[in-house]
Amino acid sequence: MDTATTNKDAQGTPLGAGGHTLFDKIWNKHIVKTIEGGPSVLYIDKHLIHEVTSPQAFAGLDKRGIKVFRPKQIVATADHNVPTLNQHLPIKEELSRLQVEALTTNCANHGVELYGLGHPYQGIVHVIGPELGFTQPGMTIVCGDSHTSTHGAFGAIAFGIGTSEVEMVMATQCLLQSKPKLMRINVEGELNEGVVSKDIVLYIISLISASGATGYAVEFAGSAIKRLSMEARMTICNMSIEMGARCGLIAPDETTFSYIKGREFAPKGEEWDKKLAYWKTLFSDADAKFDTEITIDAKDIEPMITYGTNPGMGIGVSQHIPALAEVEAKEQASYEKALQYMGLEAGSNIKGQKVDYVFIGSCTNSRIEDLRMVASFVQGKQKASGVEVWIVPGSKQVEAQAIAEGLDKVFEIAGFQLRQPGCSACLGMNEDKIPAGKYCISTSNRNFEGRQGPNARTLLASPLTAAAAAITGVVSDVRELI
Amino acid sequence: MSKAINIITSTIVPLHNENVDTDQIIPARFLKATSRDGFGKNLFRDWRYENDNEATPKKDFVLNNALYAGKILVAGKNFGCGSSREHAAWAIKDAGFDVVVSSFFADIFKNNALNNFLLPVVVSDEFLNRIFEAVENNPSTELTVNLGEQSITLNETRATETFDINNYKKTCLLNGFDDIDYLLNIKPEIETYEKEHFN
Repeated sequence: MDTATTNKDAQGTPLGAGGHTLFDKIWNKHIVKTIEGGPSVLYIDKHLIHEVTSPQAFAGLDKRGIKVFRPKQIVATADHNVPTLNQHLPIKEELSRLQVEALTTNCANHGVELYGLGHPYQGIVHVIGPELGFTQPGMTIVCGDSHTSTHGAFGAIAFGIGTSEVEMVMATQCLLQSKPKLMRINVEGELNEGVVSKDIVLYIISLISASGATGYAVEFAGSAIKRLSMEARMTICNMSIEMGARCGLIAPDETTFSYIKGREFAPKGEEWDKKLAYWKTLFSDADAKFDTEITIDAKDIEPMITYGTNPGMGIGVSQHIPALAEVEAKEQASYEKALQYMGLEAGSNIKGQKVDYVFIGSCTNSRIEDLRMVASFVQGKQKASGVEVWIVPGSKQVEAQAIAEGLDKVFEIAGFQLRQPGCSACLGMNEDKIPAGKYCISTSNRNFEGRQGPNARTLLASPLTAAAAAITGVVSDVRELI
Repeated sequence: MSKAINIITSTIVPLHNENVDTDQIIPARFLKATSRDGFGKNLFRDWRYENDNEATPKKDFVLNNALYAGKILVAGKNFGCGSSREHAAWAIKDAGFDVVVSSFFADIFKNNALNNFLLPVVVSDEFLNRIFEAVENNPSTELTVNLGEQSITLNETRATETFDINNYKKTCLLNGFDDIDYLLNIKPEIETYEKEHFN
C-alpha cells in the first residue's frame, strides 16, 4: 500500500494539530510515497555537488543515457582538492586537476551551475550554500559529503549521501530513506567567557561519544543555542555527524530569517512573505515527543580540545587526559592505541603540549565570524616561532570580506598565512598536509589517524583556542590570555 | 554477472579495531579517481603498509597475515564512521568481501554498503566476541551468512543469531535490484508530487 502523506503524518494526524517535531514537519512534507515494510521515497529540494563524490554519479547517468532531472536544484563547486595558493594557475597535481576538469565538463553537459575555481562564489560547499541563500528552512538538502548536516542550522533536513545516492538524486530528485529516531539536545544557560559554539559541540560529543547519536536526527535547542549567530549554529550542526547523527537541526527564528534575507537565491518580494509565513511554523510543538532527550548546562562547558583519534576523545583544556584506570576495561586497548598514535601520555595534562601547525579553516570554522574571532584575539600579537599558521577562508566571499575588513593585515603582522578557499588541511587531499608526527591544532572536524596526512596528529579545537596556541606555541587556556 | 547475494559461506578476516573510520578504510588521497574501480588495493592503506610503500607491508596487520582470508570482514563496533565517501564500500567490495559483520555500523556507510551489494550484518556484542574467539582458536573458522533466513552461523559450533534488514532492501539484494531502477520507474509519481510541492 502506498500512502501519500503531504498534509498528514504517518498516523494520519493532520500537520499543525500538535505533537510534531521540527523534523517530522519537514520529513512528512517531503514524502512522495512509502513502500510498505520499507523505506519512504523522500523528495530532495536542493543538491550540492563537488568534484570528489560526483564523477562516478555523472558516469552512471551517462551510461544510462539520461540527463540530470532537475539541474536548477543543484549547485556545484570545486573545493575538496583545490590548491589554496596560486589558484589562478593550473592545478599542478594531475589527478586533482583531472577531477576538477571532469566536474566542469559534467556540469556543462548536464546544465548544472558551477562555481569553479576563479568564480567569486567558489568555496567549500557547506559555506557557499548558506552564504548564497541556497540553503533555506524547511528544505531537504543533500550532498555527497557527510558534513551536509551543516545546513540543518537553518531548520532543514540536510544529510550526507554516497555517490550511488548522488546519482539517484541527479536522476530522480529523490532518495529511498528510512525515518531516523529523534533526539533533542538542549543547551541551557549562559556560556562561560572564552567558550564558543565549537566548544559546545565538542563537549556534547565527548559526553555521548562519536557514535552516541547514530540512527538519530538531532535537534539542538535551549537558550544557549537560541542566542547563537547563524554561523555559530552551523558549526554545531556541522559536527552532528561526528556524534554519528544522520543530521542535526535547529528551529529557524529571527536570527535565521535576517541572515537569509537579501542573499542571492533568497526568496524576494511576495515570495519572501509566503516563505516566511511557512518558515515560522517550523518548530517542535510543545507536546512533541523525542525518542531521547538530553539537557546540558552551558556553565559546565569550558574551552575544549581533543587528545585522541576520534572526535569523542575530547576534554576541557584545563583537564588531564584520562588515566588508563579511568577508561572502561574493554575500551583500554583502543584507548592505548589512540594515545600511542598521538604520542600523548594517559593521565598527563593537555595544556602545555607543543604545537607545530595551526589550521584555521574547514566547513566547521572558516566563516567570516571565525576569522574575525581569530583576528580580534591576535591583533597586535605575534605567532610563536616554529609554529606554522594557515588560515583558509571558506569561500571567495569570506576571503573578500576578510580583506575588506583589513583582517589580512592583522594576520600578516601576526605571521599567519591567509590562503585561498578550499577544504585544505581538514583532509589533506591537496598539498596542505601536516607532516608525519607533527601536532596540528585544527578548527576542523575530524582527528582520525592520518586525516591531515599520514601519521599527522590532530588536536581539534575552537578558532579561539587554536589562535591561542598559535601565539604561545603550546596548547593554552584562552581564558588566561583574553 | 548477477550482483545478487543470498547465502555466503566463507572464512573470516578479523579486524579487532573499534570505530574504524572511512579515512582508515580508504584515505582521502586515494579519492581522486573518476571511476569506481581499483580501490581495493588501497583498502586500509596506512594500516597495511609502512611509509605508504607496498614493498613494506606491516606484518602485524591482518590483511598481511596469510592465515586470514575470505569474503567476510568482521570488525569492532561503530564500523564505517566518518565521511560519506562511497569509496570505502567500493574498496571493501573490490578487495573481495561480500559481507561486513560488526556490532554497530555508522548510518551512511551502511547505506553505501547496501547500494553496492556489500551486506552489513549487525550482531550482538556477545556474538561478535564469539566470532573473534573462534577465529583466534582456528583461523580456518567458517561463517555462513544466510540473507534469505536473516541468519549468521558459526559453522563449527552451529552457534547462530538472526539479524535485521528491511524487507525492501532484502528483496533488492536477493534479486540484484538497485534503488535507482525503482526510482526511475516511479518518475511520473515524482512529477505529480512536485506539482503540489512547489505550488
